[in-house]
Amino acid sequence: MIYLNEDLCKGCYLCMEVCPRKVYTPSENLNHKGIRVPVFDLEKCVKCQLCTLMCPDQAILIEDDD
Amino acid sequence: MIENEHPHKFIKYLRTERLPHLFCPGCGNGIIFNTLFNAIEMSDVDFENISMVSGIGCSSRIPGYVKCDSLHTTHGRAIAFATGLKMANSKQDVIVVTGDGDATSIGGNHLIHAARRNIDLTVICVNNDIYGMTGGQISPTSPKGSYATTAPYGSTDKPFNIAEVAKAAGASYVAKYTVAQPIQVSNAIKEGLANKGFSLIEVIAQCPTYYGRKNKLKTPKAMIDWFKENTISLKQAEDMTDEELEGKIITGVYINKPRAEFIESLDAISAQNSDITPEDNINKAYMGD
Repeated sequence: MIYLNEDLCKGCYLCMEVCPRKVYTPSENLNHKGIRVPVFDLEKCVKCQLCTLMCPDQAILIEDDD
Repeated sequence: MIENEHPHKFIKYLRTERLPHLFCPGCGNGIIFNTLFNAIEMSDVDFENISMVSGIGCSSRIPGYVKCDSLHTTHGRAIAFATGLKMANSKQDVIVVTGDGDATSIGGNHLIHAARRNIDLTVICVNNDIYGMTGGQISPTSPKGSYATTAPYGSTDKPFNIAEVAKAAGASYVAKYTVAQPIQVSNAIKEGLANKGFSLIEVIAQCPTYYGRKNKLKTPKAMIDWFKENTISLKQAEDMTDEELEGKIITGVYINKPRAEFIESLDAISAQNSDITPEDNINKAYMGD
């Protein structure tokens, strides 16, 4: 499962840039801070953890389902 | 304080009451946190035993967010303060987080002399090619032709290669990578923590707010792409001429050659000439005797 903390995300979209599987896309709606936070497609994710290492705001957690 | 049931794996090392941190969206300093904590987890260094020292600048705000002993000092003097801290108690692991302006222009002499003495510090130099905190002035590492508030027609100076400077000054471990290579940066910091001597890890980080805005690289993505296009390894650089190397980021381990460490050399001298043991010195430093 991917957990994205909307309170910490600043909308820099580095996760979209580094993800080799294009899991993230900007959401259609603004959140309470006025940011289009990334939305994710769990089907595509292979849990390489590159986005958690590259997220400058420590907003992403990826957990193994089992 | 931000409550969250599913925190990032490195949030436990951060002072959560201060989050979100003050860095601009997409700032490279945020990635330095991840690589630093990743390196600490990979190495056998105890997090409780770490002290962090920083000077002035955007990157120097990093120790303020880390849940360890930290010291925020005057501009350019981070390595000087860290030298004192390490000499008072040589058992602690001292990490210095410093920026390009802090380390090479205002504190340039402290950097080269700490490297010359080979004192056991791990210096992470976050190089964003510009003075980000004060409004985007040109820094000693700004590439030739780059624009800044103080260089509206482009910089004409040859930039510093901080890794080469530290290597020439006598550091025993020097590595240089960009934030687009987080695994390599983590490994370099791990090696630097394990190395007994002066270790400098130069990390090229993006500053989309000032460097990017002045140089037509407005988004963090554009800056990361720019790093990826211009990064070459030390081995590739061997066969290239100076003209071809201009504007390139030469990454890799510049030197990994351990030699006599400063405090060990001092302890050896004091053992020869006096009865005071290193433990006595540590006690004196704390007790004020």
